[in-house]
Amino acid sequence: METINEIRPDPDQLLHELKKEEEQSKRGKLKIFFGMCAGVGKTYEMLKSARQAREQKVDIVVAYVETHKRKDTMALLEGLEILPRKTMTYRSTTLEEMDLDAVLARKPRIALVDELAHTNVPGSRHPKRYQDVVELLDNGIDVYTTLNVQHLESRADTVAQITGIPVHETVPDSVFEMADEVELIDISEEVLLQRFAEGKVYTPDRAQTAVKNFFRKGNISALREMALRLTAERVDQELQEYSTTRAIPGISKTRQRLLVGITADPDCERLIRLTRQLAYASKSSWVAVHVETPGASNAGIHDVLMKHINLAKELGAEVITTADKDVAAALVRVAREQNARQIIVGRSFRSNIFPSHNIVDRLLAFSTDIDVYVSSSHHETPRHRRHITLPRFTSEPRQYIAGLGTVVLVAGICYSLLGFLGYQTVALLLLMLISVLPLFFGIGPVLLAASVSALVWDFFFIPPQFTFIIGKAADILMFVAYFVFAAVTSILTSRIRSQERAVRQREERTTALYKLTKELSSARGQDNVLRVAVENLRSIFRAEIVVLLGEPDGDISPTPHPSSTFIVDEKELGVAVWSYWNEKKAGRHTDTLPNARATYYPIKGSRYTLAVFGIKRSDTAPLGFEQENLLDNCIALISTAMDREFLNELTRRTSVVEESERLYQTLLSSISHELRTPIATIMGNAENLQSEKVRASTSIVDSLLAEIKTAAERLNRLVENLLDMTRVESGLFKVKLDWTDVHDLFSSVLRNVAREMKEHHVHVGVMDNMPLVRFDFGLMEQVLVNLLYNAAAYTPRGSTVSLEAEEQNGVCTITVSDNGPGFPPEALERVFEKFYRVPGTPSGGTGLGLSIAKSYIEAHKGTIVVENRLNGGAQFTIRIPTETKPMLIDNPFGTMESEQ
Amino acid sequence: MSSQSTILIIDDEPQIRRLVEVTLSSNEYSVIAAATGEEGMREAAMRRPNLIITDLGLPDVDGNEVVQRLREWYDGPIIVLSVRDSEQEIASLLDAGADDYCVKPFRPFELLARIRAALRHHESAPKDSIISFGDVVVNLAARTVAKSGADVRLTSLEYSLLALLVRNADKVLTHRYLLEQVWGKNYAEETQYLRIYIGQLRKKLEDNPAEPKHILTESRVGYRLITTLSQNT
Repeated sequence: METINEIRPDPDQLLHELKKEEEQSKRGKLKIFFGMCAGVGKTYEMLKSARQAREQKVDIVVAYVETHKRKDTMALLEGLEILPRKTMTYRSTTLEEMDLDAVLARKPRIALVDELAHTNVPGSRHPKRYQDVVELLDNGIDVYTTLNVQHLESRADTVAQITGIPVHETVPDSVFEMADEVELIDISEEVLLQRFAEGKVYTPDRAQTAVKNFFRKGNISALREMALRLTAERVDQELQEYSTTRAIPGISKTRQRLLVGITADPDCERLIRLTRQLAYASKSSWVAVHVETPGASNAGIHDVLMKHINLAKELGAEVITTADKDVAAALVRVAREQNARQIIVGRSFRSNIFPSHNIVDRLLAFSTDIDVYVSSSHHETPRHRRHITLPRFTSEPRQYIAGLGTVVLVAGICYSLLGFLGYQTVALLLLMLISVLPLFFGIGPVLLAASVSALVWDFFFIPPQFTFIIGKAADILMFVAYFVFAAVTSILTSRIRSQERAVRQREERTTALYKLTKELSSARGQDNVLRVAVENLRSIFRAEIVVLLGEPDGDISPTPHPSSTFIVDEKELGVAVWSYWNEKKAGRHTDTLPNARATYYPIKGSRYTLAVFGIKRSDTAPLGFEQENLLDNCIALISTAMDREFLNELTRRTSVVEESERLYQTLLSSISHELRTPIATIMGNAENLQSEKVRASTSIVDSLLAEIKTAAERLNRLVENLLDMTRVESGLFKVKLDWTDVHDLFSSVLRNVAREMKEHHVHVGVMDNMPLVRFDFGLMEQVLVNLLYNAAAYTPRGSTVSLEAEEQNGVCTITVSDNGPGFPPEALERVFEKFYRVPGTPSGGTGLGLSIAKSYIEAHKGTIVVENRLNGGAQFTIRIPTETKPMLIDNPFGTMESEQ
Repeated sequence: MSSQSTILIIDDEPQIRRLVEVTLSSNEYSVIAAATGEEGMREAAMRRPNLIITDLGLPDVDGNEVVQRLREWYDGPIIVLSVRDSEQEIASLLDAGADDYCVKPFRPFELLARIRAALRHHESAPKDSIISFGDVVVNLAARTVAKSGADVRLTSLEYSLLALLVRNADKVLTHRYLLEQVWGKNYAEETQYLRIYIGQLRKKLEDNPAEPKHILTESRVGYRLITTLSQNT
């Protein structure tokens, strides 16, 4: 077993490869011409490859190439198809960019896009060119591009250290890894410097400064080495991937996972890059973990933290946030969960609460089975940059004024009472005030109040009064103590408050998610789900929401769903459409079209993208990490709920289709006869009436006319029944409950069936003090008409039909009974079925009346049952739960009974 | 009942138009027919008919709109032809200015009765102060009601409701209209009052309250007081 396992390729790995291949076949291929620095001839080589492809009749276009006016390079451009660039104006300068849409529209096989690391002019769709390239690849276009080693995210730091020049334009390593082919363009340092000297790289005036600053021989060597090593690593990696796929034993290693702890420490950035390099070199995946501690976090720290988290994400880490008091324990816990065998931390790794307590020691103590790597600190002398969480000054001016006002007020009162109090007591009183202030104000106003009160005390109270001179040594001490005390109190209080705030925010997030989950799971129907989603998102993020629904066969609907709270203009709609088709978020604070007013999130269903949610916040700052996370969670929940409803709807539609097919079949077989008989009668008799002979006899004319009338009435009843049935089937009819006087209902019903019941006795019985009930008058009328008509049709002449009603405990019971033959036992079960007709009954019925009656009763949330009475005849009993309202007390209704 | 009244029928179905034409001409009305809403409104403006019958489902203009546009200048009665199950729409149309309605398939006598009631209503503006139905006599001037010669005592709300029905005899009145007129604007949805008071009026005035002959329920629409017992078979 063991040996087999070792040799057999890891199935996950295989699947991964397969998926990768599959994705790649749909995606365009990326070829990077990779060099150590400018001037090595990347663009030149790229154009040469392009010309070769051109000769092989490959559809290749120049989307954007920068020749830097180099003659050789420009010569190579000749004969290639060059797409026009897009000119954009930014701060009154006109700049040229690649026209992404033009390339997408042109859809060549291969597009040349120079300088992968380029930053686009603000206002472009994506801030960075590599994002444009990714979009091209996503659309199945192959891309040739160029890149220098110093622009690689993971190397930028090292390059900056070597050359002393910070690198601003970087490309995530994931993009580099995405490349299907990397061609290293390598020339020796000497040749490169020679080229500089000849002015082949930069125009002579710029060459001097460039060489001085960047292109020193030492620098170039270092960069060259880096480029060579990276390419070698890549080859290694490819070999590794190949050998795992092809099951070459011996080379494959166990899959490793590295874990790095993220803090707000500036050194952490380097740590993240280091971990990425280690992970890449050891072909393992890596996890970056941020442990939220209950300690105060202020805006400054938060921003740094966000930067680190984003960096880790960009470098391809899976980022996990967890909350724990104990950072070391949390890291080990996550490592075990994530199956990471190695934890990487910096020497400076400290907790926020016990800065002195080195987490590294604790980590070592916890992780008996996990390796812990401690990276040396970046700087040679370990910096003891204790992170005193600097309080945040965010209070409004009003608070400052109020704080100051209170001090002045209290000082004023004290001054008037100086005779009683003594100046030292005043100090205590003011101090008391200062220690109370943090309960109401932020740190800024409190510190201000503290300083002012100290000065006021000094000036107005300490003898000699009206000078800042302090006479006694004890008073100086008192003054200093006062200051310190005030400052410490206010800082501590504000820290506690901010901790409280953090806890409260976490709680709010959890509650918000819980509420959304609960409401979404109970919402039925797409509209309700959307309403719940919009309401919740609105209140959680204080944002305006727009919902644009996708349509099954493709496009997004340009009219927002009615639940939306703002409307999109043409431009915003464009962003939503992009998000819809690319299944990625877009708009404000994203990499795509960041100039939009709102951020657009695609709602992905199992079949296709169901909708796009646009979220427009009044706050212009991007969402914090936690908020962003919360939003992602919300979007995921909404996606699930919408998908559920979508699938439900699909099932419902399918079943409706099936049902209507069945109905159609039954209709054909059982109704055709019922339809044809009256039509035949009408047509035949009308024709008869056209003949002179028939018209001669008035009695025959009369009888034929009567026949036509009867047939037409029968046809009408059938059509009405069919229409009623269709309405029920389609689920379109609505119950409109209204206060109903049962007497009124019965009389209306009797009027309707008066003709059919001419030869029957009708007995009406309504309970004394029958209250008003809530019915749909029209539907109930139809139900009773159907039941009475049924009774009239299937009982012999002279039978008695009873219509009775009573109400008890909020349930209204109506019975329709007769003293006819009743139903055969086997029919009792089936009388409410559609098109069921009791065998052997005379023709003329449709088999729909009772079925419709049942549907209508059920729409009232009531029940209808049928039984044979003991002393003969059938009895239908309807029970409907209802609200009731008594009839007027001053004029009670007596019993109303009538025999007909 | 004035004969030789001119009636305009707007319906896109030639058969229905023909049916109405035959029915009306044989009862000595002169008939103008129009197949579309636009044509109908044009004819109405040019020929000034005494009454207009219009279908709800016209091909060009919605019946609702026809009624509304006619009502901007036309003050004669309008009767709407509709199919069953559009009671909600009928009620709102009646509230919007139509005088009455007839459900397809309608019987000729039914349509004639509606036309007669509507025309009578329209022509005799100063009403008789004494109106009778069955053996009930309502004296609007004296505010008294008698049945078979004996005085009937009504509460003031009962009387207001009855008086409203009597003044609009043979014409359908919607729930909303009755409630607003008798109880006030705020009571337009409180149909329970109407149910109770109609029940009481029937109890006091009908021979057999369980089978009213005069105060009739128009399911989902409203009520109608019938003064002349028609040839209802």
